[in-house]
Amino acid sequence: MIRIRNLESGYGKLKVLKGISLHVKPGEIVTIIGANGAGKSTLLNTIASVISPFSGEIILKGTDIAGAAPDSIVSAGCVLVPEGRQLFPTMTVRENLILGAYTLYGSKRGKEADENLEFVYKMFPVLKERRAQPAGTLSGGEQQMVAVGRALMSGPELIMMDEPSMGLAPIIVRRIFDAAAALRDEGRTILIVEQNAKAALGIADRGYVMETGSIVLEGGSEELLGNADVQRAYLGKDYKDFTDMGVL
Amino acid sequence: MIYDKEHEMMSRRELEQMRIERLQATLNRVYRNVSFYRNLYDEAGIDIGAVRSLDDLRRLPFTTRDDLMKSYPYEAFAVPLRDIVRIHSTSGTTDKPVVVGYTRNDLNIWSSLVARVLSAAGVTNHDFVQVAFDYSLSTGGFGFHGGAEEIGASVIPYSGIDVIKQIQVMKDFRTTTLVSTPGYALHIASILEEEGMNPQELNLSIGLFGSEPWSENLRKDIEARLKIKAYDNYGMTEVIGPGVAFECEERLGLHVNEDHFILEIIDPQTLEPVPPGTSGELVFTTITKQGFPLIRYRSGDISAFIEGDCPCGRTIARIERISGRTDDMIIIGGRNIFPSHIEQLLFEIEGVEPHFQIVLTREEGVDQIALRVEATPNFLAFDEIREVQNFQETVGRHLVSKLGIHAKITLVEPMSMKRSTGVKAKRVLDLRII
Repeated sequence: MIRIRNLESGYGKLKVLKGISLHVKPGEIVTIIGANGAGKSTLLNTIASVISPFSGEIILKGTDIAGAAPDSIVSAGCVLVPEGRQLFPTMTVRENLILGAYTLYGSKRGKEADENLEFVYKMFPVLKERRAQPAGTLSGGEQQMVAVGRALMSGPELIMMDEPSMGLAPIIVRRIFDAAAALRDEGRTILIVEQNAKAALGIADRGYVMETGSIVLEGGSEELLGNADVQRAYLGKDYKDFTDMGVL
Repeated sequence: MIYDKEHEMMSRRELEQMRIERLQATLNRVYRNVSFYRNLYDEAGIDIGAVRSLDDLRRLPFTTRDDLMKSYPYEAFAVPLRDIVRIHSTSGTTDKPVVVGYTRNDLNIWSSLVARVLSAAGVTNHDFVQVAFDYSLSTGGFGFHGGAEEIGASVIPYSGIDVIKQIQVMKDFRTTTLVSTPGYALHIASILEEEGMNPQELNLSIGLFGSEPWSENLRKDIEARLKIKAYDNYGMTEVIGPGVAFECEERLGLHVNEDHFILEIIDPQTLEPVPPGTSGELVFTTITKQGFPLIRYRSGDISAFIEGDCPCGRTIARIERISGRTDDMIIIGGRNIFPSHIEQLLFEIEGVEPHFQIVLTREEGVDQIALRVEATPNFLAFDEIREVQNFQETVGRHLVSKLGIHAKITLVEPMSMKRSTGVKAKRVLDLRII
């Protein structure tokens, strides 16, 4: 689905990504874990062309999209669910969702947008109930659903999620990750960037560990969960207690 | 059978992407965690970030056994010692050994790679696998043990000790698969013959032999005498142990587990890569190991890439069977001679066994080769000195005509040469002062 080689990116003269190579196969959930400041969000923002890469390749379905116009990347089937949702709080839930289909309306494919809206409502029924409410009045979990729903409005194949668990209660995190797994099961491809390594590795097929702009480890989710370095750095000291309790 | 179809039959493009990713992650880890590599690259002014393709690996310096010996015992480990769950080491016949540490993940990967080796030879969960490598600091015993358990076979961890008891256990436990050095298999065959036992009394059908180079003739000999199908496999303690490369049922070279190891083959003199079909020194980079990664390690083993696809369907690269070691290689008058070639030739001469020792001396600046060869039992009467001398001359003429080697041949008593057990046979004794 997507193949990245030697990607370098950053802000002004500050190089944040120091040559990232990774790939996501169709139908996979891949997660990138790492501490705050490792460059995870910079990576997703570079793929989505929110920021332009310094160098490197981003091959989406065989086409190099590095530095392409952001809307063309959405049209090519790759969307970003940004960190912190980034909703318009005074606009209604429905209006926020509709914005996600911007590229469809622009190319006279409004009917597809209507279908996608139905899909979103089916996936998150609570959003249908609250469609006329201002998005800012929703709970954090519901707002995250709007952000995911908005991304689905263009009918994407690759969905990138930036810290979807941020600020959410564990049970809501669970719902969001279940939604991601459901999307994978119906054939979509998902790339999740997360500090909550345990939750992300719980649903992912594979993962990469990022440290200060470089990938230092890659492997299957189970392998990474079993890695002592990962356990210490990203799963917290009480990780062992969790496993003892049979939570994992 | 193909144990891991996803990875052994991956498209070359996917494999390349995976190898780049793993290589870059490994380089980032060794640079951060191993002072030896950090100093090596910093002193040479090399930015590991400049490794953007597999070809770029060539920008990095080679590492050697000497380098690793300086890190004795744990300095080249890339994880904290508390994450190491197993320690092995090279045999250390010279100087300090190389000590190798494995994390739990490393052991899991190792077992899965040896499982590929065993599956490719047809071993399944119905088999009884008798491991006749020593369970010791060396990797043969534990490596094959883990792989055989991984595929669910019944493992008989016998080690390479008493050969008589080995055969007894083999018979009583209905062992189907023997894992050992080829020399040890030959030893078993001789004992069976001495004891007047028919190999058909055993249930043995598969043999996996490695840890020393062996010829096609030795394969045929072992197969005929033990009534088994014999497979070659290749590994090296520094790289991981067994599980680096293996023969499939086609036996058209050894498949390299390229998703875990990057193999380059170089001319040991010019250090440039050699084209497929040309022999050179194997240079390994590990791309998934965490405890003890290796970057561009000169193995001293000699082989060549094989071009074209294997009928088995695996897409991973193949190499020829190991023909020798750079450090075993004898150069006489500009000719490279491998002990395995001599072994091959000895098979073709009636009256001698492929058990031999090469003794190199230098007399007045001229290299002299002496070859001590074991006579076949009952072939010669050793009290007939003249007969022995004539026969020695015949063997010498074969060496001249086939290999261009002028050697002084000495026949020795049957069964008098040291047999290799789990330990590599030392077949070259170099007494030259160079």
